[in-house]
Amino acid sequence: MWPRLGVGAVCAAVAVAALPATATAAPQPAYGFGRPATAQEIAGWDIDVRADGAGLPPGQGSVAAGRGVYGQKCAACHGFTGEGGPMEALVGGAGTLASAHPVKTVGSFWPYATTLFDYVRRAMPFNAPQSLSADEVYAVTAYVLFLNHLVPQDAVLDARTLPQVKMPNRNGFTSPDPRPDAP
Amino acid sequence: MVPRRGVLKGAAALAAGTTATGRAVSQSRSNLPPNIPEWMKTQGATILSPPYGLPSPFEKNVIRRQRTRTPTQTAATTTTPLQDLQGIITPNGLHFERDHGGVPAIDPDQHRLMVHGLVERPLIFTMDDLTRFPSVSRLYFIECSGNGSWNVLPPATTAQESRGLLSCAEWTGVPLATVLAEAGVKPGAAWLLAEGADAAAMTRSVPIAKAMDDALLCYSQNGERLRPEQGYPLRLLLPGFEGNMSVKWLRRLKLGDQPFQTREETGQYSDLMPNGVARQFTFVMEANSIITFPSGGQRLHGPGSYEISGLAWSGRGRVTGVEVSTDGGRQWRRAALQEPVLTKCLTRFRLPWTWDGAPALLLSRSIDETGYIQPSRAKLVAVRGLNSHYHYNAIQPWQVAADGTVTYVA
Repeated sequence: MWPRLGVGAVCAAVAVAALPATATAAPQPAYGFGRPATAQEIAGWDIDVRADGAGLPPGQGSVAAGRGVYGQKCAACHGFTGEGGPMEALVGGAGTLASAHPVKTVGSFWPYATTLFDYVRRAMPFNAPQSLSADEVYAVTAYVLFLNHLVPQDAVLDARTLPQVKMPNRNGFTSPDPRPDAP
Repeated sequence: MVPRRGVLKGAAALAAGTTATGRAVSQSRSNLPPNIPEWMKTQGATILSPPYGLPSPFEKNVIRRQRTRTPTQTAATTTTPLQDLQGIITPNGLHFERDHGGVPAIDPDQHRLMVHGLVERPLIFTMDDLTRFPSVSRLYFIECSGNGSWNVLPPATTAQESRGLLSCAEWTGVPLATVLAEAGVKPGAAWLLAEGADAAAMTRSVPIAKAMDDALLCYSQNGERLRPEQGYPLRLLLPGFEGNMSVKWLRRLKLGDQPFQTREETGQYSDLMPNGVARQFTFVMEANSIITFPSGGQRLHGPGSYEISGLAWSGRGRVTGVEVSTDGGRQWRRAALQEPVLTKCLTRFRLPWTWDGAPALLLSRSIDETGYIQPSRAKLVAVRGLNSHYHYNAIQPWQVAADGTVTYVA
């Protein structure tokens, strides 16, 4: 149980809330709890990358550099050519999605290349997440896309080029949810 | 677990040596009438032994179990022993687990929630801040979207193995809408990214309408603070939505004008249809039910009176009815619903049954307030094929054999 603070601050907040509306149209907070997040604090935690590339950091990485990072940090789980190992395959599966045995990989299934960057940056390598530099994440992303024949061997990816990578299954998703669909 | 009437038939059950749930039964008669039980002849254990109480040692088989073998023990799932529980509340130690990067050990004084993006005032909250807001307590189920199995499982499958990625608790916290109002949602904010403070930095995009409707920021579960494996000290709760979206160890909410297209809503947790196209953002857990007694692995000890009992639920609202068949679906009878019957909450149903000793195929199907009726496996597979992996809510049959054994049927 966390101790609750005194009621003094609540009274102050209520008093603020009771002030007449000012020039700003945005409604004022009802309680005044929490404190402003600084730009520096937000920058440290704001790690997501959107499909349009929003959120990609400065830096760059080549397929060649990515081969080294991948071999050191990824291959033990995903196989040296991304064929899979203890953890799932990252390559292969093209043309299988409508078959009886679909193989869903980055190459065959993922609709956005940016998602690969986002996921590696937040969650990989499994034993040391958020330990790679931005350059390393760009590089290993480039290498996995190269293994899937989606970028050439001399590719260098950055915030401008990564969102331009065309993923084969880009149009393989539908929404909104059509359910209820059965019975 | 107290033996059910009719299940333990005195000497017959003792001869069998187990209860319906598999618990070993002592062969000794020295504590039975006319003898005085040994535990009446001495003082019992002292108070506070232990300070935080534990179940009787005789209940040691009522535990979570790993669902399937996974490459790691941190990105893994465990199931709730539905067949061993009564009522609708899942004890906190038995709530199912789905972790994507293990259970972090978070000091609540060091935990922060950041709210930013399309807001007027980016804010950081401490746990003291969050518990200061006006709070609400509500009963909701949480169900993993991977609950149920599109594959045919072995005959020995139990209710826990069939539908155990399902739990229900009284959750206490602050409505998400209250906290978002503090930050001031800007026009154009349509989605919200929820991010966990675990090793997976688990992320899902949530429609702003859900955030403003019944979403909660929870810090307590069944009266006590969240268990670590349920997101201590703070989790999102999205009633009726697939469980992985109720992001645990919540550290960040970012508002945006479009979904963030994380791995968990593209490569994972999307539903592949027979034509090779995947449904994305399939949030709602549709109406479902399971008979927990009699269920797989249990045994009926002879013909006679039994009470069929089970759980029904719907992510779209209240369960309005449950129908039970004991003859494989030729005839259906309405089960009684135990109050309270709450929206997006487990509902307990019961139906008296006289077993004549012949083989019987038990089915249950739930109906929710939208009029939706839980489908058969055949109907569901006809529409979705066998590769969609998630959102399996077909009727679960149990086969009762003439010798009383109960087995799974797809």
